[in-house]
Amino acid sequence: MNQPTSGAANQDGSISVRRSTHSPIFTLVGAFVLVALLTAAPWIFSAQFATTLTNFFILVIMATMWNLLAGYAGMVSIGQQAFVGLGAYATLYLALKGMDPFVTIPLAAVVCAAISYPVTYLLFRLRGGYFSIATWVVADTAMLIIGTIAVLGGGTGRSMPGLQNLSPSQTAHDSYLATWFVALIVVAGTYYLLRSRLGLVLASIRDNEVAARSSGANVRSARRLVFVIAAAGCGAAGAVLVISQPFVQPSSVFNLQWAAEMLFVSMIGGLGTIEGPIIGSAIYFVLQQTLQQQGAWYLIIFGSIAVVVALWQPRGLWGAFRDRFHTELLPVGHWVDNIKSPE
Amino acid sequence: MPLLQLEGISKKFGQVVVGEEITFQLEQGDSVGIVGPNGAGKTSLFAMISGDIRPDSGDIFFEDMNLAHMTPSSRARAGIGRTYQVPRPFEHMTVFENALLAAQQGGRLRGKKSYAQAFAALDRTGLGEYANRPAGSLMLLHRKRLELARSLAMGPRVLLLDEIAGGLTDLEVNELTTIIRQLRTEGIAVVWIEHVVRALLSTVDRLLCLAAGVIVADGAPQEVLASEAVRAVYLGGKIINEVLPQ
Repeated sequence: MNQPTSGAANQDGSISVRRSTHSPIFTLVGAFVLVALLTAAPWIFSAQFATTLTNFFILVIMATMWNLLAGYAGMVSIGQQAFVGLGAYATLYLALKGMDPFVTIPLAAVVCAAISYPVTYLLFRLRGGYFSIATWVVADTAMLIIGTIAVLGGGTGRSMPGLQNLSPSQTAHDSYLATWFVALIVVAGTYYLLRSRLGLVLASIRDNEVAARSSGANVRSARRLVFVIAAAGCGAAGAVLVISQPFVQPSSVFNLQWAAEMLFVSMIGGLGTIEGPIIGSAIYFVLQQTLQQQGAWYLIIFGSIAVVVALWQPRGLWGAFRDRFHTELLPVGHWVDNIKSPE
Repeated sequence: MPLLQLEGISKKFGQVVVGEEITFQLEQGDSVGIVGPNGAGKTSLFAMISGDIRPDSGDIFFEDMNLAHMTPSSRARAGIGRTYQVPRPFEHMTVFENALLAAQQGGRLRGKKSYAQAFAALDRTGLGEYANRPAGSLMLLHRKRLELARSLAMGPRVLLLDEIAGGLTDLEVNELTTIIRQLRTEGIAVVWIEHVVRALLSTVDRLLCLAAGVIVADGAPQEVLASEAVRAVYLGGKIINEVLPQ
């Protein structure tokens, strides 16, 4: 028993580890085709569909960030709209100072990351439900403070400057491309992060925080980093949101609705998977487009779906699919080669 | 300098005393067993060493480091590995990834070195063949082995084993004790809480008996088991009131 028995280790003790269950060629080709298609979308589809896709990708960005927080680092935030709003207002402020709104998108992300860092020292004193409520308090506090600043439009808001020279269709076109590229960076960045050593730490925190600590994982700093990254991502989402609208109002950008949507799509798609929030966002948009004429029924059906998925597929639709078919579009795991099956 | 040194460690949860002036030392390659009735404070003692709970008073030194202000993760990185009585696998990660996390974080290894150390720990505990299985699919026996494999993957210098033999067959216990005896030859100090006394006796050369947070006996295993104090702890009655402080 003390000698290697599985046959997977080479004579020098080294082993071969794969990072994918299938050939990466298929993933790369598929990703290339998808990126090319979505980049060309404004020229292929109608302006109205491009606007719908813009809103879809805004939700994908937010949900991917929320999933990183809740699905991996175990932080159920219901206050991520704080950073959506702060990102929106960072863009507004910089545009008022004469910057091109599109150039402000990465700066809005940096501003939100910088604000979120000290906030973690306040929030991380709380756990579980108390943490969740505190994030909501942070969001409402941010909204109330922003609402008092007259130059940013106070409580009534103001329209985005710097876009007057663009026609509405050109604004929609450029907004789509900006949103799509931010979504691409966010999803690709999340994929890279989860394949790194930190990704393994986050997965271990998700599964058992106490054991993660005693295995040497620095849980607190991993959580802090994820919180800052999620704030930056939601800040970028807020920036592209107000460019696409293009109007900024505290009650709109700091709305709890954003957190509810992030939670809903991550949950039905599959928490703790990269694919889940994307698939959840797609389902959400299809349902929204189909049911929006049904008035209150639209919300009742959404709520019912959330209840059904939570009860019967707690790992979400993608989680259930993956467990059944053992496949991953964006694999982040480690598989040891040449393992003999146990007797 | 001792490898691990506890000086006057005390801990209470309300009125319940789980540690009362606990003092002992551990040298490199030592193998120490801890016995005691349920609620004696054995697991709490491990939790204070690993940093999961803080003692009310006293100091714990790992070589020249005072662990008082070190987090559980930095203690693990310093070389203190532990297992849990109720296994805590990372259920949605594979068995290999469970060990890999420990090798990369606790063992501070990267790339192929971390892969090799993680897999060696699995092979050593008989889990090599299960490397690609989700840890959540393992049965109790293999979950216990995974606890041991994960702590070994860190390359620990002190290993705290919490009832790792509980629920195993005689054959499995023998396999386990063989591994643990081998760890001593590698210089790893082992502290083992166990109710399966037969397993302890075949492995440790020193035994502590803990009752109500107090070390009531410390010495060679046979002497400790034969002592009046230990008999009192297990049999209760009049003697216990004379042995234990009020």
